[in-house]
Amino acid sequence: MRLTQGTFSFLPDLTDEQIRMQIGYCLNNGWAINVEYTDCPHPRNSYWEMWNAPMFDTADPETIMTEIEACRKAHPNEYIKVNAYDSTRGRETVALSFIVNRPAVEQSFRLDRQEAEGRTIRYTIHPYAADQPEGERYGKS
Amino acid sequence: MSNTVTARERYGAGVIPYARMGYWDPSYIPKDTDVLALFRFTPQEGVDPVEAAAAVAGESSTATWTVVWTDRLTACDVYRAKAYRIDAVPNSPGQHFVYIAYDLDLFEEGSIANLTASIIGNVFGFKAIKALRLEDMRIPPAYVKTFQGPATGIVVERERLDKFGRPVLGATVKPKLGLSGRNYGRVVYEALKGGLDFTKDDENINSQPFMRWRDRYLYCMEAVNRASAATGEVKGHYLNITAGTMEEMYERADFAKQLGSVIVMIDLVAGYTAIQSMAKWARKNDVILHLHRAGNSTYARQKTHGMNFRVICKWMRMAGVDHLHAGTVVGKLEGDPLMVRGFYDTLREPRLPVRLEHGLFFEQDWASMRAVMPVASGGIHAGQMHQLLHYLGEDVVLQFGGGTIGHPQGIEAGATANRVAVEAMIQARNEGRDVLHEGPEILERAARWCAPLRAALDTWKNVTFDYESTDTADFLPAVTPTY
Repeated sequence: MRLTQGTFSFLPDLTDEQIRMQIGYCLNNGWAINVEYTDCPHPRNSYWEMWNAPMFDTADPETIMTEIEACRKAHPNEYIKVNAYDSTRGRETVALSFIVNRPAVEQSFRLDRQEAEGRTIRYTIHPYAADQPEGERYGKS
Repeated sequence: MSNTVTARERYGAGVIPYARMGYWDPSYIPKDTDVLALFRFTPQEGVDPVEAAAAVAGESSTATWTVVWTDRLTACDVYRAKAYRIDAVPNSPGQHFVYIAYDLDLFEEGSIANLTASIIGNVFGFKAIKALRLEDMRIPPAYVKTFQGPATGIVVERERLDKFGRPVLGATVKPKLGLSGRNYGRVVYEALKGGLDFTKDDENINSQPFMRWRDRYLYCMEAVNRASAATGEVKGHYLNITAGTMEEMYERADFAKQLGSVIVMIDLVAGYTAIQSMAKWARKNDVILHLHRAGNSTYARQKTHGMNFRVICKWMRMAGVDHLHAGTVVGKLEGDPLMVRGFYDTLREPRLPVRLEHGLFFEQDWASMRAVMPVASGGIHAGQMHQLLHYLGEDVVLQFGGGTIGHPQGIEAGATANRVAVEAMIQARNEGRDVLHEGPEILERAARWCAPLRAALDTWKNVTFDYESTDTADFLPAVTPTY
């Protein structure tokens, strides 16, 4: 399967040049960029691991590309995304979020059903990857 | 006309003009806490516009047709609404705009029903005016703060759904009526798996003989969860909870919540109080509340009568809905681009300046009230993506019903075409491209590797709805009062 979280997951994976242009757009808007990675891409996993603190005072896309590259080197077989934070009053949340690295083989999700009364079903979405311990889910890094 | 009336003249038994009763005061300076309203009106033949305007102020506040001495037991000057300015409507002989100020104490805190019982209560049937339309209102922060506002709001909705940086995509299940619950859920599954974030019940899908509500909810939630597992994304289906009684609505809403639905929907025809009640329920239960504006065009479309939709936008933001259908500009339903811009700004912006060209007659400070996500629905397709992004921006739900389900390669392909189109357009915009002009080329380029988008562009490339709008702005760049 292909995980389709993030703003550009239905497009072919962005090239580094395309990633650089999106980062340029974020920086021009005054947004702070953060790089996050995970090996548990459950749709409600709000807290991927932070590669570092959000880069509030970075104006140069190259600095961020360097951080992305370092994160890829450390976690080549995990999901990595770029989040851009807009601190404007009234928004104060993520303004853009897109995936910049994927495991070589993506794993799918199992849908568990617990049948209850009156035809009600309680659903649980279970990433197959989560059956393995953290750090070993997409092959050892 | 002289406004000076002695108490003896004013309160003698009988009938005196409204203007002389104190409902017309051109020297009045509105207070920051006043509720302001702007009406368009056409007096009957031979009726003085000032008297007609004063009558509107009177009939929407304290007046009755004759003098009552019981007024004198109250601080009646405070409770009387005051018409304070009249402008001729440009290029519309016989029509006038009147600005009216209402003291805050005329209204119950947190009640749209009470506000509207004054502002649009009796006054529209008043004989001395031929036609009346409520064009805009200024709700002072002091009154705004007595309302809950959107249960979720754009910011929290995006965080909860994990969808950032692009319009949210939806589709209304078609045909509107007749599908069984099982067949209905199939459409939901295909559309969500194909790339949409939301699917939606239509306004008139409640609980009919062909499909009862409980059956629909169960099949839809199976579809939502299957699609979520297939994509790794949060997905949702707006389950319409509109029903004949509040008890039934609560029962349906509670069942939707129990099944794990992130969103429910209600129709505008359910009424303001029902909407406010469901907004409280939605805040309490962390469920997004979608509002379909079913019925609004019966009173919002024609210029001479009823009320402008921007007033509904204001009331619904106060009432506390999270989504509201507000026009597409390019689709099949009424919507002048500048008017639609005014609706969208009213729903989304923290404060609004006067912008006559957008139909905004007053400043409006929303005092940190959460924002409503506008919904664009009705006759839109992937080939218009650049125009939709240009006119409507990023914080919007784009709903492609026919534009998903009518795709020649099937529903899933239709959904994929829309998702690829929106992502390609956002990517291009962020890269600095001029999407309004380069849009067709951007779509063509994406269609080279995306066969569903290719088919969508080929199918709908010539579909436009280019009709003249009935609801447009009437303004001159610099307006001076005529009275």
